[in-house]
Amino acid sequence: MNLEQLPLLQQLMIVLAAVALFTSFVLLEQARLVAAIHAFAWQGVLVAMVTAVVATSGGLEHLFFSAGLTLGLKAVLIPWMLHRLVRRLELDRHSEPLRRPVLVVMAAVALVIFSYWLVLPMVQEGLMFTRNIVAVSLAVVLIGLLMMAVRQQAVAQVLGFMSMENGLFLAAVSATGGMPLVVELGVAFDVLVAMVLFGVFFFQIRESIDSLDVDRMNRLSERGEDL
Amino acid sequence: MDHGVSLSPWGLALLQALLYAVLAPLLAGWVRKIKAWLQNRRGASPLQPYRDLYKLFAKEARMAHTASLVFRAAPYIVFAATWMAVSAVPLIAIGLPTGAIADVIVVAGLLALARFFLALAGMDVGTAFGGMGASREMFVSALAEPAMLMAIFTLAMIAHSTNLSSVADYQLLNESGLRPSYMFALAGLVLVAIAETGRIPVDNPSTHLELTMIHEAMILEYSGRHLALMEWAAQLKLLLYGALLVNVFLPWGITRGTDMSDLWLGLAAVVIKLALLGAALALSETVLAKMRLFRVPAFLNLALLLALLGLLSHVILEVGA
Repeated sequence: MNLEQLPLLQQLMIVLAAVALFTSFVLLEQARLVAAIHAFAWQGVLVAMVTAVVATSGGLEHLFFSAGLTLGLKAVLIPWMLHRLVRRLELDRHSEPLRRPVLVVMAAVALVIFSYWLVLPMVQEGLMFTRNIVAVSLAVVLIGLLMMAVRQQAVAQVLGFMSMENGLFLAAVSATGGMPLVVELGVAFDVLVAMVLFGVFFFQIRESIDSLDVDRMNRLSERGEDL
Repeated sequence: MDHGVSLSPWGLALLQALLYAVLAPLLAGWVRKIKAWLQNRRGASPLQPYRDLYKLFAKEARMAHTASLVFRAAPYIVFAATWMAVSAVPLIAIGLPTGAIADVIVVAGLLALARFFLALAGMDVGTAFGGMGASREMFVSALAEPAMLMAIFTLAMIAHSTNLSSVADYQLLNESGLRPSYMFALAGLVLVAIAETGRIPVDNPSTHLELTMIHEAMILEYSGRHLALMEWAAQLKLLLYGALLVNVFLPWGITRGTDMSDLWLGLAAVVIKLALLGAALALSETVLAKMRLFRVPAFLNLALLLALLGLLSHVILEVGA
């Protein structure tokens, strides 16, 4: 037990990372889109807070900038854009519970264990303590992937995708003290562009299949036939 | 109880067990009083549960014609098992002999024994409500128990002991700082406690509405001293979970010795903590609505998930640190 020996800031970082993992689960289980968007926004806030704490404890000043960028982009701008989209698509009262919630959650727990197992050799190298958070961020990535697999709703899948990006960012911050600023700006811009493109896609998908349930795209149909 | 006289450990354990029995109705009355205030009612005095128990003990106990020995014996078994379970949970002092005999798994087992007889008693008379209540109780507890054990295992792994006194002691001795595992385990255990003690999102303790009641449905056929014992056992169970939450997670003020002044301090600390917890419970019962029975699995899955995350975050984030 050497958690007590860590400075308070690093303990805080661990707690924040753990709560970010919890928000991933919340996102996975959420039936309502608006609530899921809120959970995603909270995850963004937590990732930004972890970044700020890493910056404070490590004295890495450029990380403050990425923390601000994350907060602005992932906690405010993208959730706001998604919220607006959902309202325009009239999906804000749409509720789509998971088909087998317990199974999905247990699969997600298994993913957490799996990512811990993957990261274990790295931790045993005895490097920085933040390596522990790599397991958590890998789990966030994998849960995002799982969310894209189990959800039928296009907007929910986009949320899964975005939370994968959160996980990657968390891994970068905790393992290496953040990427160079140019890379970070590029990624942020990419995410923003992806968001805009997704918005266009939502309308396209809905126009062609009259729903955002992407499972329907698997079915072949003659043009003009009623779906 | 003279000042300056220090009690023997067994005497102290006995005193603590008696204290549990005496305080249990007060906590229930306190929660009811706060709830009444929050609903803009004046409410009965917090001492009302004592009066109710006194009244019920004085009344004649009536039996259904179809009642068997199980029905007759169940109140005594339920009360005794709950009381035994409660005496292993530290209230004002840790390191007591009762705590050393029974660890937390025994506590869970004794509570399961009490629940088993409660459900049997519910089914014994053969009324529709009793059977329905028993089946619901088992449904809820089957889901709550794994979550409770997971949360407890998290604590046990941190303190390297399943003994509640040692867990509280570990908390007191180590300035453990911020621990995600404790937070998750606490959150999971709070949800389990709400489900197990039949508080509002899961069961409503103050209703006799046929379709929603769980605990009340099982004890519908009881009267007189039997009903009093059943209600007292339910109040003890509420106090048990309250003491478990406040003393294991926030063990400030609890005493390790048997010195009289320390004991008074421990008592004052635990009473204040429990009063705050009771107020929080009353507040949450006021703002939350009771959920449908078929939503309860989702609620308890959340508890299980939180407990599992506590366990995992302990292994991943804290041990490897």
